Amino acid sequence: MEENKNFTVSVYTENNIGILNRLSAIFLKRHINIESMTVSKSEIEHVHRFTFVVIVPETLIRKVVLQLEKQIEVIGAFYHTEDEIIYHETALFKIASTHLYDEKIQNKLKFRRAHIIAITERYFVIEASGLKEDIDNMYDKLKPYGLLQFVRSGRIAITKPKMAISELLAEIN
Amino acid sequence: METLKKEIQQKIVEKTIRIAGAEAVIKCLLAEGVDLAYGYPGGAIMPIYDEIYKYQEQFHHVLTRHEQGAIHAAQGFARVTGKVGMVFATSGPGATNLVTGIADAQIDSTPLVCITGQVGSHLLGSDAFQETDIIGISTPVTKWNYQITKASEIPEIIAKAFYIAKSGRPGPVLIDITKDAQFGELDFSYKKCEKVRSYRAVPKLNIEKVKEAAELINNAKKPFIVWGQGVILGGAEQEFKKFIEKTNIPSACTGLGLSALETAHPLHVGMVGMHGNYAPNVLTNSCDVLIAIGMRFDDRVTGNLATYAKQAKVIHFEIDPAEVDKNVKTDIAVIADVKESLVEIMQYVNKADHKNWIQEFHKLYNIEHKAVISDQLNPTKEGLTMGEVIGGINKETNGDAIIVSDVGQHQMFAWRYAEFIKTRSNVTSGGLGTMGFALPASIGAKMGAPDREVVAIIGDGGYQMTCNELGTILQTKAAVKIVVLNNSYLGMVRQWQELFFDKRYASTEMISPDFVKLAEAYDIEAVRVSKREDLAGAIKKMIASKEAYFLEVVIEQEDNIFPMIPTGASVSDIRLS
Repeated sequence: MEENKNFTVSVYTENNIGILNRLSAIFLKRHINIESMTVSKSEIEHVHRFTFVVIVPETLIRKVVLQLEKQIEVIGAFYHTEDEIIYHETALFKIASTHLYDEKIQNKLKFRRAHIIAITERYFVIEASGLKEDIDNMYDKLKPYGLLQFVRSGRIAITKPKMAISELLAEIN
Repeated sequence: METLKKEIQQKIVEKTIRIAGAEAVIKCLLAEGVDLAYGYPGGAIMPIYDEIYKYQEQFHHVLTRHEQGAIHAAQGFARVTGKVGMVFATSGPGATNLVTGIADAQIDSTPLVCITGQVGSHLLGSDAFQETDIIGISTPVTKWNYQITKASEIPEIIAKAFYIAKSGRPGPVLIDITKDAQFGELDFSYKKCEKVRSYRAVPKLNIEKVKEAAELINNAKKPFIVWGQGVILGGAEQEFKKFIEKTNIPSACTGLGLSALETAHPLHVGMVGMHGNYAPNVLTNSCDVLIAIGMRFDDRVTGNLATYAKQAKVIHFEIDPAEVDKNVKTDIAVIADVKESLVEIMQYVNKADHKNWIQEFHKLYNIEHKAVISDQLNPTKEGLTMGEVIGGINKETNGDAIIVSDVGQHQMFAWRYAEFIKTRSNVTSGGLGTMGFALPASIGAKMGAPDREVVAIIGDGGYQMTCNELGTILQTKAAVKIVVLNNSYLGMVRQWQELFFDKRYASTEMISPDFVKLAEAYDIEAVRVSKREDLAGAIKKMIASKEAYFLEVVIEQEDNIFPMIPTGASVSDIRLS
């Protein structure tokens, strides 16, 4: 059996209704779970970018990416391994105010890309960002204080190799 | 007629006029050269049907008895003409009844445009009467789909729908139009779509790959071609023939590739796949270069992939990049339009002989003939067989018929034994295996090719899935010849139960009504044959008829289809009995 790997899939699409369904249907028919997903504008006007994280064998992701790319409103689809991308995730932690002046929490924030972004009488909110592991670490450290809420974003990633979407668009047109 | 059509098209393109969305739909279709659609009306599509009524002089609509019948008829029309099949249905159940046909067209690359009515846009998502999310439902099985909520979107979206359905690798497109968009007005003018910026219909041919492929072919000692429907869809039948005749490479087809090359061609060595011919299946595992042309290595073609053509270098001519390396790893992929690729490669390939290699195919053919074919076409047992019925039809039509087959044993007999002399003559549900496909598809096929004989070969099971369409035949007088091969079983499943489930015939025995009386109720001349001596005469009479005709042939109950590659076995382990 071929080894499962973490792949970041970037899909450039038109910004139309229903594309998310069309893309997720490709993962669904191959019985692949989507670990995380982010959708946003891209560097090109009217072009959106989906970033999916999936854990599958490489031979499979190659086929899936071709099937994604085959969709009419997809301009380009790519997959990359962890070492081919620079990526980031963000998380928010909501904690009861009783812990706000706890030195231990303050120390935990010191050396990481984490800071307090809101304080109220009842709670405060910590934002942390970094690699998946950084956020996992932060989660483990803050959990003992009782997380009132926890949420983390999907991955956003910039690839080291060129994806040349503008060239692709120019070539088709 | 053609000039008239052009004039109408021209007028539509030139003027800008203020009309309702529903009328715009019909004008768009006329501008696309479409004057025939299949469908079924209902609440949410009534404005469009009202326009169909008003335009009835120019635009013909066939009312089927079920939306599934409408879409299969449109598929039959598209398959024999190469044009886009057109379907209308209402919202909710009308739309969901299309889904099987859409999935069938998607997997068999059939160009269709389906227009469904939808509840008013203010009701979307409210679980309104006959509301269903047909965009969500049809997304995985359409090449493209879109929901129109404003009349002004209609011309551009319909133009795009036609372009997408027929360009590149064809496929079904569904356009859902809310009722308010049909009633709403727009300033109408029409411009055909010629490109979609995110869609590359035909990949650019890489000449280097063509040269590499040619070199491999020129050095091959035992080259073998498997071609598929791509040759037909690409309109490359002549180029394909020139290519194989220059290189003298033995060539076998997939089920959907049938009829691209005449059956009697000396280089046509049969059909590959689960119930294909012995020689091309066995020798797939002996060839040194396997050249796949416009086919997608379906599992019914390859059997066990782990033992499929492992000794061979594989060249794949294919328009759809997603099909390359999907099932079989290729050594050289020529990803482009098949016609363009074949024209290009002609200047690089050498003439060759391959006499001894072709001889190997003939030797194995003789083995298959002795073990299977001879008995299937000229049986000695008492009961009638499916093979001899197909043989009888060949004799009467001289191979110049469109054979529309349903799904099951009779389909495999039709694929194996129908003789073709013209392309686009094999209409069948290949990828999806949709029982009930043939009767409605034959209606569309006859309308697409009114001057040709259209013979539907159907089993007693599949026939009862869509025999309501006899009503459509009654109403349209489509002169299709319906042959039901009745063995009182769901024969293919029964055969598997016999071979792999210890003869436990779970729910495959079938008691059917009197099919002759049923056809007669629809005013169709009908005959039942159960004796060999009556068969030839009955077929002769059926083919001679100028009207629709029904022939039931009572088949030996436990007649099996061989050869057969059992699931999971290698192509070279094909069983002759």
